Amino acid sequence: MAKIDNSLLDIGYMDKLASGDSSLHRLDPRAKLITTLAFILVVVSFDKYAVSELIPFFIYPMVQIAVGSLPMNYLMKKVLLVAPFALLIGIFNPLMDRETLIQIGSFHVSGGWVSLVSIMIRFVLTVTAALTLITLTGFNAVCMAMEKLGTPKPFVIQLMFLYRYIFVLIDEAARMVRARSLRSFDSNAMAFGLVAPLVGQLLFRALDRAQRIHLSMCCRGFEGRFRTLGPMTIGLKEYGYVVGWSSFFIFLRFYNLPVKLGEIVTSIF
Amino acid sequence: MADALISPAVGATMWVAAAGLIGYSSKKVKEELDDRKIPLMGVMGAFIFAAQMINFTIPATGSSGHLGGGMILAILLGPHAAFLTMASVLTVQALFFSDGGLLALGCNIFNLGFFPCFVAYPFIYKKITGGDPTEGRILAGALVASIVGLQLGAFCVVLETLFSGISELPFGTFLLLMLPIHLAIGIVEGVVTAAVIVFVRKARPEILDAAARSLPIGEIPIRKVLAGFVAVAIVTGGALSWFASAHPDGLEWAMFRTAGVEELESPEKGPHASLADIQSKTAFLPDYGFKTTEGAPESEEAQPSWPAVDPGTSLAGLVGSALTFTAVLLIGLGLRQRKVRAS
Repeated sequence: MAKIDNSLLDIGYMDKLASGDSSLHRLDPRAKLITTLAFILVVVSFDKYAVSELIPFFIYPMVQIAVGSLPMNYLMKKVLLVAPFALLIGIFNPLMDRETLIQIGSFHVSGGWVSLVSIMIRFVLTVTAALTLITLTGFNAVCMAMEKLGTPKPFVIQLMFLYRYIFVLIDEAARMVRARSLRSFDSNAMAFGLVAPLVGQLLFRALDRAQRIHLSMCCRGFEGRFRTLGPMTIGLKEYGYVVGWSSFFIFLRFYNLPVKLGEIVTSIF
Repeated sequence: MADALISPAVGATMWVAAAGLIGYSSKKVKEELDDRKIPLMGVMGAFIFAAQMINFTIPATGSSGHLGGGMILAILLGPHAAFLTMASVLTVQALFFSDGGLLALGCNIFNLGFFPCFVAYPFIYKKITGGDPTEGRILAGALVASIVGLQLGAFCVVLETLFSGISELPFGTFLLLMLPIHLAIGIVEGVVTAAVIVFVRKARPEILDAAARSLPIGEIPIRKVLAGFVAVAIVTGGALSWFASAHPDGLEWAMFRTAGVEELESPEKGPHASLADIQSKTAFLPDYGFKTTEGAPESEEAQPSWPAVDPGTSLAGLVGSALTFTAVLLIGLGLRQRKVRAS
């Protein structure tokens, strides 16, 4: 029950963040979408033992969070929430791959641990990048960007419909679940036999609503696309953003900054 | 599937496959259906979200479950519309709940959308239920179709992980882990799907009739599409991996030149699975020295593409990483401070 309300609040909160105002918020969504994809692609393109190479990439989500005034704690909590999956698969690496890879003094680190750390870093980087994209841009703008970039229109439109009606239908589902639990004494457990009628009822309500929505949209002159105020424009700023970040990512891809830095520092001492 | 576990080649290949399927399905939906279907699909996608919130206890196990959705969408909307809806459900999940990730989205759409909508539904559910199904047939059809769909999806996850070569998990072990879990999920999914369909059929049969009518899914086009995607996948996968191996990064390149061994791709290939198996067995032995002296031959020597056991470089890497990370944090904090002062 709490779960339902929470996820609803969650989406609502992220939408609220997206309606903020900063130089990053004002950027054309296409630029942000492309840069995020470039970032993720470069990050996952490293080989599986890459750790130090990945560290400089934290600058990208960091700048996004700082410039966009996003709540760091909230984003970190969201990342932690989904971490177990990556950990579950990565945890086998230390068991399987026991060859020593790093050695400092008499301290040995096996390849498996290194690749586990690498997996977790990738995980944090890619998830935060996706989260900052959505919290800086908002779902509808991302959809618009997708359409402008060539995603088929029926897909985009129904994606936007879906997003609009998640709230309504989750409310509906929450109401049904609440009604049931108020009328039954045995805690939270829902009997299996109740599922079909409950889900079925929800389905009927959804279908009726879809019908009403369509009729009312037809009445208001819907002809297969959403119109928005404020046309999207790609200007110098957008080009600069995409080219600047992408070339920085590529530079970091081929030039291991931390190792160079470390060499300089260790050679001093 | 998560971004952290896949390589760009696999991610991109699956993106191409998923994008192709979305394009194909969009065209189909536009062609054969009235525009009423699009809001309907959106609302049905939202319905899947809402239905996933209805948790119930699974009899005799004590654990709880919920509806996954691919199969019920296919039955209610037909394969093309269902595929689009499933793809958008997964997109929302990737963006808001970080389920999966953007690069892995292609994989997820393929694993959870393609198999139930284009394989399990037309070739299993339709075949079993036929024209005028009884309740038993609906149950059997939904059950078998859900199980097969999920097993294929799980198998695909294992394959994608394997080809990415990020996780060390041996193929066999991972498969043994994934398939039984998804068998259980498939049974629950099938039973719930059947129960809901039967309920809908009793209460408002016209919904299913409408869905059944808009289903001219011929067998030839789907086969063509399948063949097309296999071809596309092979071409892109091949081209990308060629690209990847033609331009290895500096260290790998150096290793290749000095060691003269092409070990870069071996982790993905079949023999390595058995090798890893042996390796894991020996590795669990307490005597570490025994393993290194006797252990599997050259492949282990050549595998690490990080500057192997060179204490100097390791230290430099660690120190540098720590410094860089600190610098990144400071930049972030600095930007934020300035922001706060400015506002």
